[in-house]
Amino acid sequence: MPAVTETLETVQSVTEGGYKWGFETDIEMEFAPKGLNEDIVRFISAKKNEPAWLLEWRLKAFAMWKKMEEPTWAAVSYPKIDYQDAYYYAAPTQKVKPKSLDEVDPELLKTYAKLGIPLKEQAILAGVEGAGDTPADGGRMPIAVDAVFDSVSVATSYKERLAKDGIIFCAISEAVQEHPELVRQYLGTVVPQGDNYFAALNSAVFTDGSFVYIPKGVRCPMELSTYFRINAKSTGQFERTLIIADEGSTVSYLEGCTAPQRDENQLHAAVVELVALDDATIKYSTVQNWYPGDAEGRGGIYNFVTKRADCRGARSKVSWTQVETGSAITWKYPSCILRGDDSVGEFYSVAITNNRQQADTGTKMFHIGRNTRSTIVSKGISAGRGQNTYRGLVRISPKAAGARNFTQCDSLLIGDECGAHTVPYIENRCMSAKVEHEATTSRIAEDQLFYCRQRGLSEEDAVGLIVNGFCREVLKELPMEFAVEAQKLLQISLEGSVG
Amino acid sequence: MTAVGTTGAGAFLARHEGLRARLPGAHLPWVTALREASAEAFRAQGFPTRRVEAWKYTDLAAVNGTVFGEPLTGVDDALTLPATTNPRAVFVDGRFRADLSTLEGLAYTVESLAAVLPTLEGRLGAVARPAEQALAALNGMLFEDGLVVTVPAGVAGGVLELLSFATVSERAPAYHPRHLVQLEDGASLTLIETASGPAAARYLHNPVFEIEVAAKARLNHGRLQQEGLDAFFLSTVYARVAEGGAYDNFTLNAGGRLARNEIHVALQGPKAECHMNGVQLVADGQHADTTTALDHAAPDCASRQTYKTVLAGRSRGVFQGKILVRKIAQKTDGYQMNQALLLSPEAEIDSKPQLEIYADDVKCSHGATVGELDADNLFFLRSRGIPLDQAKAILVEAFLTEAVEAVADEDIRNALSTAVTGWWQRQGVAGGIEVA
Repeated sequence: MPAVTETLETVQSVTEGGYKWGFETDIEMEFAPKGLNEDIVRFISAKKNEPAWLLEWRLKAFAMWKKMEEPTWAAVSYPKIDYQDAYYYAAPTQKVKPKSLDEVDPELLKTYAKLGIPLKEQAILAGVEGAGDTPADGGRMPIAVDAVFDSVSVATSYKERLAKDGIIFCAISEAVQEHPELVRQYLGTVVPQGDNYFAALNSAVFTDGSFVYIPKGVRCPMELSTYFRINAKSTGQFERTLIIADEGSTVSYLEGCTAPQRDENQLHAAVVELVALDDATIKYSTVQNWYPGDAEGRGGIYNFVTKRADCRGARSKVSWTQVETGSAITWKYPSCILRGDDSVGEFYSVAITNNRQQADTGTKMFHIGRNTRSTIVSKGISAGRGQNTYRGLVRISPKAAGARNFTQCDSLLIGDECGAHTVPYIENRCMSAKVEHEATTSRIAEDQLFYCRQRGLSEEDAVGLIVNGFCREVLKELPMEFAVEAQKLLQISLEGSVG
Repeated sequence: MTAVGTTGAGAFLARHEGLRARLPGAHLPWVTALREASAEAFRAQGFPTRRVEAWKYTDLAAVNGTVFGEPLTGVDDALTLPATTNPRAVFVDGRFRADLSTLEGLAYTVESLAAVLPTLEGRLGAVARPAEQALAALNGMLFEDGLVVTVPAGVAGGVLELLSFATVSERAPAYHPRHLVQLEDGASLTLIETASGPAAARYLHNPVFEIEVAAKARLNHGRLQQEGLDAFFLSTVYARVAEGGAYDNFTLNAGGRLARNEIHVALQGPKAECHMNGVQLVADGQHADTTTALDHAAPDCASRQTYKTVLAGRSRGVFQGKILVRKIAQKTDGYQMNQALLLSPEAEIDSKPQLEIYADDVKCSHGATVGELDADNLFFLRSRGIPLDQAKAILVEAFLTEAVEAVADEDIRNALSTAVTGWWQRQGVAGGIEVA
């Protein structure tokens, strides 16, 4: 998000500690009844005016989900989720397009302001007529934003600028209407409906998310960004993102997430599918800052996400970068299927757990094509009573001659009540493949801390500095705006963990 | 009696039912209770399937599908034992053979478990965990014999050999020896264990070791697993080490069509140490699995693990290694390295190192590498006139050196070198090595 830094500082100065994005926007919402059954699936599909094939697709997913069991293998524990006690559809009501910002629901605008979205982009997001036709400030390439509120994409900015290059960037519900052939061709081809429990649930009830298509040979002129926010009470958010990079294209995509502070747990089960064709490159960056729950572990988001990239084409490349600071529970394994010869997969991750947060995250790299390469760099930081697990798989198939993987997992422990765990799986069936894995676990070195303190830094600042250094390899992979925000987030997430 | 013609966990449970009154210690309530608890645990678990995380990479379907019989008693075996000057205990088909053993004049006691069972209350079953490991449960239900070694405080025991032979039998015997090794305060012992059998014999050797190392005692445990190539070798070692004690385990995992070398070590006193090293040599048609679990349950302990696997032909190697550092175990120093060398395009290696850490003032790391022989290194040697086969032999030996050199005990190291060389020569003759 642009200008997030500034907002962050402002917010930080007002509130002392705690979660900075804990505001709730009081706007008119439209809900579907609580609970989950075939009627709700039909309701969502009808609400979105979907074609028959998509309804069938959803119903098939729902049928699969009913037969599946919630996975228990991850090192996370939480009370049983009552899937019938949540809303599966909630949408801000707004019928007519406003003429200017003055007509937009002031509550919505306040939310945008709190999120740090500049006025010009606020207008676009709020759907003001005519906004978004001209680039934002000066010559700087803006960031195109798709904001998803609870279940619905509220607005997408800079569409017209992007359309000039033939780029499609819109809400997936819109893509279903406008580009059904593309959606139908790719939806579920990377993460099938029955892939896992949460993916099946998502497939049945997904309500919105972003859709991106970059045509052949096009380098996307600006960063694309989606902003997710769970707002209404007791709603689950089930967004579905589909990004297709056609031959020779390049795109960088950012994703940010927040949620208001609440006592009860909320469910977020997203699916992200990336398809990279020959010579295409997709860079997908996430700063996940869902509400983590309070110091005693009350409330917070359950973040059960399936993210997978299919490097279908030769020489394609997908790079996942994630900074996971939020959520009560994170269950997330952004993966790459390296199908194309010479394709490249990367995974850079920072995961922080403080207080009673639990994170079980990592990646899977499936080497199928020849000379495929993957790099995994994971930095886990545990503080308070947090539990942090890296769980990863590197699988080399017999045909992946010359495949190469390098994995590095480092864990940092702050305090003696937390835990750091590493569970890498290596499965190699190819003689000429080379796989290297290394992992370390330690705490912040006394001498580093002493050095900083001796130069007048407070203990908290010193820890922040050292942690940022520990995460540097990952943070430098983020686009600049995100990198700055991420550094701040790390510091905030660790507040109260030292001293 | 034996449920002839049936296979799987049911057959073993039926055997326990049938033999209940005749198994050693049947008249002792505590033995009966232990067997019943084990039977209950085995009934609940059966032979683990690959859906069980600890058995994700090793499939027991072949064990499950084999009809096993009981070992014959009093077989007429013309065994030629290798010459040695060391004291040794010999087991044939899982039973202690006093006639073949030489155990005179020792400063510590070595006995047959079957013979001294009534004296083992509180000791037998003290370390094993049948509720968690199905094969230990199977062993607990059906054990008949084993070795009981007790080294009194302060005694330096020297070297003791434990030889286990299988004989050719049409019955595909299954046996489950339970070995107890106890070192009292400040005692030391080098135990060299060799398991071997004829190439064509099918049998199941399912030993369980319960090892207790008291304060400042040291046990060097060398294991040369060279079972016949149709054998199932499923072994579980449990060891617990008290303050300042040390347990060193070196395992050569080279025989058997399916071999699992599972080791659980708990460091229970401050400044206890554990070294676990191993070499797996896996040839065409073999499956070798080393699974280690190291439990750091006291502060200031150190552990080192180095495992190397070499795979030839159509074979599969598995390494799973878990290091658990409990909250109390501050100042833990843990290190684990496992490396695999693939010499054939049909070989597969699965590796799962694992760290689970609850203490903050620790230094733990693990590393894993998988790859083939380095082309540059081969070129270097060949450019100096060394033939390809020999160049490969040199590089494989170099690859294994790190694990072998880490073995502190010279006797074990020598036995190991001999075994490795022998394996390598057999591979060369069999032509199992692919040209890189």
